[in-house]
Amino acid sequence: MKARVVVTLKNGVLDPQGKAIEGALTSLGVSDIASVRQGKVFDIEISAQDSTQAKQKLITACEKLLANTVIENYSIEI
Amino acid sequence: MKSAVIVFPGSNREGDMARALQQATHHQPVMVWHADYELPKGTDLVVLPGGFSYGDYLRCGAIAGRAAIMDAVRAHAERGGLVLGVCNGFQILCESGLLPGVLMRNAHLRFVCRMQHLRVEQTNSSFTHKYAARQIIKVCIAHGEGNYEADQATIDRLEGDGRVAFRYCNSEGVLGGVANPNGSRNEIAGIFSEKKNVLGLMPHPENLIDPLVGGIDGRGLFDSLASAA
Repeated sequence: MKARVVVTLKNGVLDPQGKAIEGALTSLGVSDIASVRQGKVFDIEISAQDSTQAKQKLITACEKLLANTVIENYSIEI
Repeated sequence: MKSAVIVFPGSNREGDMARALQQATHHQPVMVWHADYELPKGTDLVVLPGGFSYGDYLRCGAIAGRAAIMDAVRAHAERGGLVLGVCNGFQILCESGLLPGVLMRNAHLRFVCRMQHLRVEQTNSSFTHKYAARQIIKVCIAHGEGNYEADQATIDRLEGDGRVAFRYCNSEGVLGGVANPNGSRNEIAGIFSEKKNVLGLMPHPENLIDPLVGGIDGRGLFDSLASAA
C-alpha cells in the first residue's frame, strides 16, 4: 500500500526558510505570491490489512518520529 | 563524579567534552555507543555532546533522540541523575522529550560560529553553582539551528520556575538586538528540566577551558559538576 505523509509547520510558527523562498520568488519576478510555508513529504510503502490499519500505523510513525508535534502538523493520504 | 559521554554517528565534540570533564573531575569519562542499552554502573552524569548526529536528517536530533541508549538516559534522568546536552545534545534532549520546546533554524538562516557572551541566570543548580549570579561569561557558539521556540505556556513556565539557565547577551550583559545570535525566544541559550537535573544549552563551554584557546569561562560549568557529587 502506498501512502503519503505531509508534515507542515503549525500556523503561527515562524518559518524563516519559507520567508526566504518567498523573497526569492518575488525577486525572480514570480508575481502574486502572498506567502510560502515549507514542509516535508514522505512517500511510504506499507503493508497492512486495510487502509484503516495502515493509517493507524502511520499515525504512530508521525507521532513518534516524522513530525515534531510541538511545531508541526501532519496529514496522511493513502 | 563519574561521567558517560554518548557517541552518536556524526557526533564530533565528544573529544572536547571528555577533555573538559577529565580536567575538572579527574576521572576519564566513559564513551558510550548510541546502540548500547545500558549506562556504565555508577554513572553520575550523562553528556550528549555536540555534532551532527545522523547528519541532521529529518530534524536536528530527531533520530538520535530515539536511539536505543536514550531509554537508559531517560531512566537516569527520572532517577534524578544529571544529564547535560550541548548544542546537538540540546537538540537531542528537546527531541527526546527530556526538555520542552524545540530548536528551529536560526532566524537569519545562517550558520553562526563565533564567540558569544552569556548571562548566567541561575546559580542554584549542579551545573552552575560555581558561577556568580548574573555573571557574564564568554564562550563560543557554532550552530545553524539554535533558535529556541516553545508555546507561550511553556515559556511562561520556564521563566516562572527559574528554569532559564543562560541567556545570550553582549559583553556588557545587555540583552537583545545583535547580541541574540539566532532569534531565540527571550534570548534563551540554555534551559533546565523541572528538577534542574537536566541542562541543555547551545553554546560550547567545553571549548573554553584553556587560556591557550581563548578563555576559561567554560570551566565554571565543569567545576560546578565536579563538586556536585
